[in-house]
Amino acid sequence: MDFVSQHPVLVAAVVKIAVLLFIVMTALAYLTWLERKVIAHIQSRWGPYNVGAHGLLQPLADGIKFLFKEDVTPPAADRLIYTLAPFLALALGLSAIALIPFGPPSALFPNGQQIFSVVDLNIGLLFLFAITSMGVYGIALAGWSSNSKYALLGGLRSSAQMISYEVSLTISVVGVIVLAGTLNFNELIAAQKGYWLHFIPRWNLLPQFVGFLCYLTAAIAETNRVPFDLPEAETELVAGFHTEYSAFKFAMFFMAEYANMITVSCLATILFLGGWLSPFPETWTWQNYLPGAGLLMLAAYCAWNTVSEMRGIARLQLGVVTLLAGGGGLICLYPPIAAGIQGPFWFTAKILAILFFYIWMRATLPRFRYDQLMSFGWKLLLPVSLANLVITAFVIIWPLLRKG
Amino acid sequence: MSIPIILFLVCALVAVAGAVVLILAREPIHSALALVVVMMALAVLYLLLGAPFIAAVQIIVYAGAIMVLFVFVIMLLNAGVEERTDFSKLAKFAGVPLGFFLLLEIAHWLAHSPIGAAIANGAGSSAGESSTTELSEMLFRQYLFPFEATSILILIAILGALVLARKEE
Amino acid sequence: MSAVPISFYLVLSAILFGLGVVAFVFKRNIITIFMSIELMLNAVNLAFVAFARARGELDGLVFVFFVIVVAAAEAAVGLAIVIMLAQNRQSLNVERVNLLKL
Repeated sequence: MDFVSQHPVLVAAVVKIAVLLFIVMTALAYLTWLERKVIAHIQSRWGPYNVGAHGLLQPLADGIKFLFKEDVTPPAADRLIYTLAPFLALALGLSAIALIPFGPPSALFPNGQQIFSVVDLNIGLLFLFAITSMGVYGIALAGWSSNSKYALLGGLRSSAQMISYEVSLTISVVGVIVLAGTLNFNELIAAQKGYWLHFIPRWNLLPQFVGFLCYLTAAIAETNRVPFDLPEAETELVAGFHTEYSAFKFAMFFMAEYANMITVSCLATILFLGGWLSPFPETWTWQNYLPGAGLLMLAAYCAWNTVSEMRGIARLQLGVVTLLAGGGGLICLYPPIAAGIQGPFWFTAKILAILFFYIWMRATLPRFRYDQLMSFGWKLLLPVSLANLVITAFVIIWPLLRKG
Repeated sequence: MSIPIILFLVCALVAVAGAVVLILAREPIHSALALVVVMMALAVLYLLLGAPFIAAVQIIVYAGAIMVLFVFVIMLLNAGVEERTDFSKLAKFAGVPLGFFLLLEIAHWLAHSPIGAAIANGAGSSAGESSTTELSEMLFRQYLFPFEATSILILIAILGALVLARKEE
Repeated sequence: MSAVPISFYLVLSAILFGLGVVAFVFKRNIITIFMSIELMLNAVNLAFVAFARARGELDGLVFVFFVIVVAAAEAAVGLAIVIMLAQNRQSLNVERVNLLKL
């Protein structure tokens, strides 16, 4: 106990990391479920349906399957790096999320620590870029160490792609930094407070719309998703850099990709969509009840579905989901809690919207050709984001120049 | 021992171990990874020295861009195990002693010269974090000319790399 | 909490620089030789940051910034040269690169 009372910062950080890790791992698992479901519905299929009601236990089943599969290492592989690569990818993907503030910094623990962010760094944005820029290693090393032609080509492609798009990703964000004049996430969000005409939120989305588009495009390329998933183009490269990987190492690459998606969506939310700020003016107090109302509606839908469609064990499972959603909704209606979870609620809602956009893109767009990818990145995206930066800087400097 | 000293010793050990692995490894890619480890350890040391901006730049530019370029080239050229046929005798018998002599000299200077003594007593190490704002003020006012010069240098480097990489027609 | 004396950093910097020199002399692969130069630059950067801290001024950090920028430019050109060399000689061994013309 002595140690706990002497190091409040350390203890609070460890607890927050543990909770965040649990939430993020669950979110990763259910993101795969969401992706399969959404794509299936876009393509007029049902998607996972058999394991649990609406396939809700599918991620768990997949996880167990990956754990118990045989873990094959190619005999000619470089064992150390072959094992290191997936760990590197996953660890970097997860640690980036630690920097994200999920709610306002005014929410504090009794010992003065922020509840909703693990660390609140002065140069948080730079550190996030530092961590994501290391993400290339996981993929490049996996490609190299497998000692397979397909994996090597996939690794080469991905490192070239990620280096190229990282440039435009960073530059598209600088416009926002210039507007806010800080690198701290909470200050970046606070700079977006306020409303135009009393109801249009003053988010960076409108003044930095070009930057937002550039960021979103570059972010899709950074996370190696469709239409930029050249590193794993299965028609050309079997499965790209993780061709030789099996069992849980493969699952780790999968999780790393989803973790990167979450990080990138968090960053888009913070920089362009006002982070944990609500889209409605603070005077509209009814918005405090939105999370509770939403959960109750979900519970009502589940209840109807349980009664009308589900049979057997699925009915029981969906009943549990109904009870959980209903109970959660009732708790969220309690005024102090309803006010407290406003920040995380809006943050999560915005992240989910961007993730849905990601999945939508995957179901809609075909893949780029490699030379198209490169010329798009260097000849279109980079100049546009640079022009955006220059114009933003000029607009900021102009009043100062006029004053002399 | 306080936490900063433990942190320093751990990072220093990791950095030195990484440098030794860089020398001993026979696969170029292992050397590259060892160098990345050294750079990460140094980034932590920069944080310890109260220079978070430099730490971030160290990781973004050095570990995230330059070393990725190295790994990329190693992969591209498919560089195999290093040949170690003919060691230079000069290197073996003159290089290592001279290197140690250099180290000794630096240690001697640290211990005996007035500046060295002042530094060794840990002078001035109590200042807090250097702010990124101050650093940028300095970069864009006092050091504006060198800053612009480096941008031209980078432009020339891009041109040079392009000329070298271009296929002959 | 007592801070770490600056001399510790300088000694570490010297050791890393020495190891960089050793690597530069001993390695035969042209890419690893290049990497040992980067190691030496890193060691010097550490000394710069330590001095900046000791003097309580930021000039040292600005210098580190410039060193990193120059290292990036150097790596871009140097690796392009290495690729050319490897294509022309089919080897990365520096012992084979003993002619000025190709």
